[in-house]
Amino acid sequence: MNMTSLTSLHPGQNATIHAIHAEDSLFQRLAALGFRIGKKIELVRRASFNGPVHVRIGTTDIILRLSEARRIQITH
Amino acid sequence: MKRIALLGMPNTGKSTLFNRISGASARVGNWPGITVDLMSVKILLGGHIAELVDLPGLYDLHGFSDDEQVVRHFLSRNPVDLVMIVLNSSQIDRQLSLALQIRALGLPAILMLNMSDEARRSGITIDAAAMAQQLHMPVLQISAKYGNGCPEALKLAARTLEQPHSHPAPEEINALLQADSAIEHEMEAIIKSTVAMPAQLTDQVTTRIDQVLLHPWLGLPLFFAAMYLLFQFIFTVGKPLQDVIAWLLQILRTDLLDPLLATAPTWLQGLLLDGIYNGVGTVAAFIPIIVLFFLIMTMVEDSGYLSRAAFLMDALMSKMGLDGRGFVMMLMGFGCNVPALMGTRVMRSRGMRLLTMLVIPLSLCSARLQVFLFITATLFTAQHAPLVLFSLYLVSFSTIFLTAMLYKGRFPNNEPFILELPPYRFPTPRQIWLRGWHEVRHFLNRASKFIVIGVLLVWALTNLPPGVAAASSATWAGHIGDFFAPVLNPIGIDSQLALALIFGFVAKEIVIGALAVIYGLQGDALMHVMAQRLDWVQGMSFMLFTLIYTPCLSTIATLKAESKSMGFTLLSIAWSLGLAWVVSFIFYQSARALGF
Repeated sequence: MNMTSLTSLHPGQNATIHAIHAEDSLFQRLAALGFRIGKKIELVRRASFNGPVHVRIGTTDIILRLSEARRIQITH
Repeated sequence: MKRIALLGMPNTGKSTLFNRISGASARVGNWPGITVDLMSVKILLGGHIAELVDLPGLYDLHGFSDDEQVVRHFLSRNPVDLVMIVLNSSQIDRQLSLALQIRALGLPAILMLNMSDEARRSGITIDAAAMAQQLHMPVLQISAKYGNGCPEALKLAARTLEQPHSHPAPEEINALLQADSAIEHEMEAIIKSTVAMPAQLTDQVTTRIDQVLLHPWLGLPLFFAAMYLLFQFIFTVGKPLQDVIAWLLQILRTDLLDPLLATAPTWLQGLLLDGIYNGVGTVAAFIPIIVLFFLIMTMVEDSGYLSRAAFLMDALMSKMGLDGRGFVMMLMGFGCNVPALMGTRVMRSRGMRLLTMLVIPLSLCSARLQVFLFITATLFTAQHAPLVLFSLYLVSFSTIFLTAMLYKGRFPNNEPFILELPPYRFPTPRQIWLRGWHEVRHFLNRASKFIVIGVLLVWALTNLPPGVAAASSATWAGHIGDFFAPVLNPIGIDSQLALALIFGFVAKEIVIGALAVIYGLQGDALMHVMAQRLDWVQGMSFMLFTLIYTPCLSTIATLKAESKSMGFTLLSIAWSLGLAWVVSFIFYQSARALGF
């Protein structure tokens, strides 16, 4: 078990969401898109030049900036 | 009249369903205090007329985004008799919370599980009857795109409307919206007992396409290639169509209107033909471009590629306070600012949308390019002309960048950049045509009056008082030019060029025509005289000013219609005029100081 932020995953790697450190508005948006504690998450790819990351949770593909991805703690 | 609200999460096909029900007859309604456009349509339901309103997509009724606030604002101020909730069947496991939130408000509602065709293909089965029982709400599986289940949905809506319901008053909803409830557990329980879903499902086709289109090295070049092709398509097809419209309007004028008005006094001829009729022509010239632009944009948006473009371009755009979708609109602005401004509606944060709308008018559009081609051909050698044009494009990009950097603090983006990447879908031709049609009608409704009045005003300024030669220094426009001489002389713009700039407010396409009238010469003779009277420093200064100041009346009209804010429109005009002057001043004075 190894706890880090979502940004440390390599493309193709899977992990489990452990904690989400976000204020209400961001937390709510993340929850609505399926980011919930205990859910499996896959990092699909990263954009060039430190752009957003592309992740997959269940049936949904989502892109988010690194600043937001850093708030999501994962274990893998 | 009963009122039905259509509500759902983004990317659930809610608008597709709305368009299917409304056809081409939807209107943009006016709702007090709401700054986004809400489409509504009157439909016949079970023998009664009902009004169906398409609310913006939202994730959470208690959310903080602009759209979520709009929906709350709407529900708590307008009585609603029925809510039709649209959810994406494939994502029912997380979207059901919205239905539970609506139910908690006590509003009569029916739930439509859309994209049932797609869900079935990926192996998701939903027991709609069991779900309806647990939700205490009718549930129907539909496909808005292909129309399956849509007539049934309307019948169901009619039946539900007829049942007596105690609906909460808008004020009660307002109170309920303040309170939050734990819906999570109930959602999980319902999903567990009514939905069977593969653990992790992915659309293989989408994954494979994304491997190419979002490739670390290939992604960006492919994006630019795609944008270039779309751009070329819109404007190479649009130009001949614009020419045909101009030709038809000209024929109408010479064969019908001119003979008809032959006996009328000259001032009336001028007013009707050069004023009003030309104004109508200015409006008409935009129609083909807007239709084509939205045919293409519907494909780019509905296919899911626009979100991918955002992924590819975000690294650069986030530094400017914008996002990747803004970049696509900015690029399109290099063709024509008007549809690009209308296209910013895809951005759901008002702050970011306004910032994007502030920078789009600085894109060097094809109309301005015509002016620059003429002037560079007049004042520069064939060797230097391409360099001059290239430098104008550079200035255009720099002013965009500068403006975004300066104003990003004033128009903060309150929406986190978290976008869904929907699977690739191809919109049906019906969806594409409806969109084009809606946008053109929207432009005509909102902008045409403003444009015609503006053209009329410029005609009056350049032709009155009665008895003076048109576009001469004796006209009111000439007086305005003289009045501003102390401001315009330091940037090398003389009274004739000042008159051309006043004409340029209408549209850049007419600047060359205006110069011809001002100098009383055409074609080569005009070029010859201009080359004698102006040096290249003045010409460049004039081009810089033309590049940066207000692009055209249609752009102003669109800015006002889209922002719904006179203050913002005035800011855009004032900023571009001020920036144009400063840039021209710096250029002109340094060039002169260097001895040119």
